[in-house]
Amino acid sequence: MSLSTDDIKRIARLARIETSDAEAAATQAQLNNIFGLIATMQAVDTAGIAPMAHAQEVYQRLRDDAVTESDRHTTFQAVAPAVENGLYLVPKVIE
Amino acid sequence: MSDASLSTLAAQLAAKQVSSRELAQVYLDRIAALNPAINAFITVDPDKTLLEAAGADVRIAAGNAGPLTGIPVAHKDIFCTDGWLTTCGSKMLSNFVAPYDATVIERFKAAGMPSLGKTNMDEFAMGSSNETSYFGAVKNPWNLAYVPGGSSGGAAACVAARMAPAATGTDTGGSIRQPAALTGITGLKPTYGLVSRYGMIAFASSLDQAGPMALSAEDCALLLNAMTGFDPRDSTSLEREKEDYTRDLEKPLAGLRVGLPREFFAEGLNNEVAAAVDAAVAELKKLGATPVEISLANSKLAIPVYYVLAPAEASSNLSRFDGVRYGYRAPDYANLDDMYCKTRAQGFGAEVKRRILIGAYVLSHGYYDAYYLQAQKIRRLIADDFSEAFKTCDVILGPTAPGTAFKLGEKSDDPVEMYLNDLYTIPANLAGLPGMSLPCGFDTKGLPIGLQLVGNYFSEAKMLNVAHQYQRATDWHAHAPEGLK
Repeated sequence: MSLSTDDIKRIARLARIETSDAEAAATQAQLNNIFGLIATMQAVDTAGIAPMAHAQEVYQRLRDDAVTESDRHTTFQAVAPAVENGLYLVPKVIE
Repeated sequence: MSDASLSTLAAQLAAKQVSSRELAQVYLDRIAALNPAINAFITVDPDKTLLEAAGADVRIAAGNAGPLTGIPVAHKDIFCTDGWLTTCGSKMLSNFVAPYDATVIERFKAAGMPSLGKTNMDEFAMGSSNETSYFGAVKNPWNLAYVPGGSSGGAAACVAARMAPAATGTDTGGSIRQPAALTGITGLKPTYGLVSRYGMIAFASSLDQAGPMALSAEDCALLLNAMTGFDPRDSTSLEREKEDYTRDLEKPLAGLRVGLPREFFAEGLNNEVAAAVDAAVAELKKLGATPVEISLANSKLAIPVYYVLAPAEASSNLSRFDGVRYGYRAPDYANLDDMYCKTRAQGFGAEVKRRILIGAYVLSHGYYDAYYLQAQKIRRLIADDFSEAFKTCDVILGPTAPGTAFKLGEKSDDPVEMYLNDLYTIPANLAGLPGMSLPCGFDTKGLPIGLQLVGNYFSEAKMLNVAHQYQRATDWHAHAPEGLK
């Protein structure tokens, strides 16, 4: 398998990372080397093996539906790039 | 004093031979003198440190001291620390002052340990040399032309240079053990789920685990006592009885079966590292242990599996950095989508972007089964190898890294070459097992060599027992870098 610069630009688009043609070309060789390394696992026969998503066989705990946190929105929004009246400001999305 | 063990420091504090403020000042003075050359810290704030130390002194005077009260500790910049800049080594968070404490920070505060500052690290913990940090590379205290390893490179270097008696680290694929090995200190990655991940900036959530880094196994045991415990705020935190990890330190090793995985002593291992590890096995035999040959046949697949799973989880975790709620936002953009794309292009460094792209690709439509699912299946094969091995041995031993520290810049242009450094550490992360690294010698260049122990689930006390007995019989851990007095 080999990724083209178009593939790189498509993935970068999916990941919302602006990538110039020059960057895509530079990234292409490196990612292809990495996928070369990854390819060694393709030959392994894993028929009948259950995927292991997690190190421990544990289940998500449920907790009581109770308020456990206090309202700290002013503190949390103090570190935001742009805030007005308790709302996060972003460029207009609806005309 | 800066070479003293944590128990010695605690005794001096208890006997009022030194105050917590005076002790903090000793380390702050060393940081002021040595850090400009080593770059182990991203943030140091002496006023905050001394204020926390004064609080510890009040506790000691009131008779409320615990075993670590008054001893300062340095925190990896991956842990959110209330009121402290918390950057994760990235431009993306270069302006982020955390509004709350990670559970690990909270626990060390509760133990009465003042913070000496926030240590440098590879960006978002992605790296094995600490060269991907937005705040510049960390230098190895043993030779400033060499890397300290990564991603907890600042933590390792500050302990090795005696700028801190203890430090916190995190380990996703070897980020505690490999830098510990390359800087000649002791570091431990606990069983997955033992230490809370709450407030620890996520890289690969099914692998990330925090642990202690210090000058000895005994010190790590004391620190682990303070770090572990159930936390309802981390959904993967395990509900278990609290343990005392110092309880078995003095046990003799007679009858201990030490598993030597044949795959860890094969091609790719540096001769000097192999010789030092062999000598460590001989030392353990003198202490009554029996070597047992074992096989971890699928461990050779650990790197390919890891470079599917970790980037997949990272691409998902790092999607939160969008320039909206915190952190960096690009100055110019045309619309919302453009703001995301430019913010992420400018805020992330090259290695982080590479891993996000790998992750996005292996999770994308049409590739999920071939990559992500296949990697998860092999992950089970790797974990099963360990379960099988622990039927015939009590602890697994091998090298931590295939070589000693490498020169700054030597591998930074070749990601694959860099990734191979974590050959021996990644298998324990994939299985969720505890592992540690401790010093076992030096190469002809005078650079430290690391010995790795991997234990069965929840056998931290046993690993620490083996490491402590080894450190009583040897003095590799007591060597300090020359020229940094």
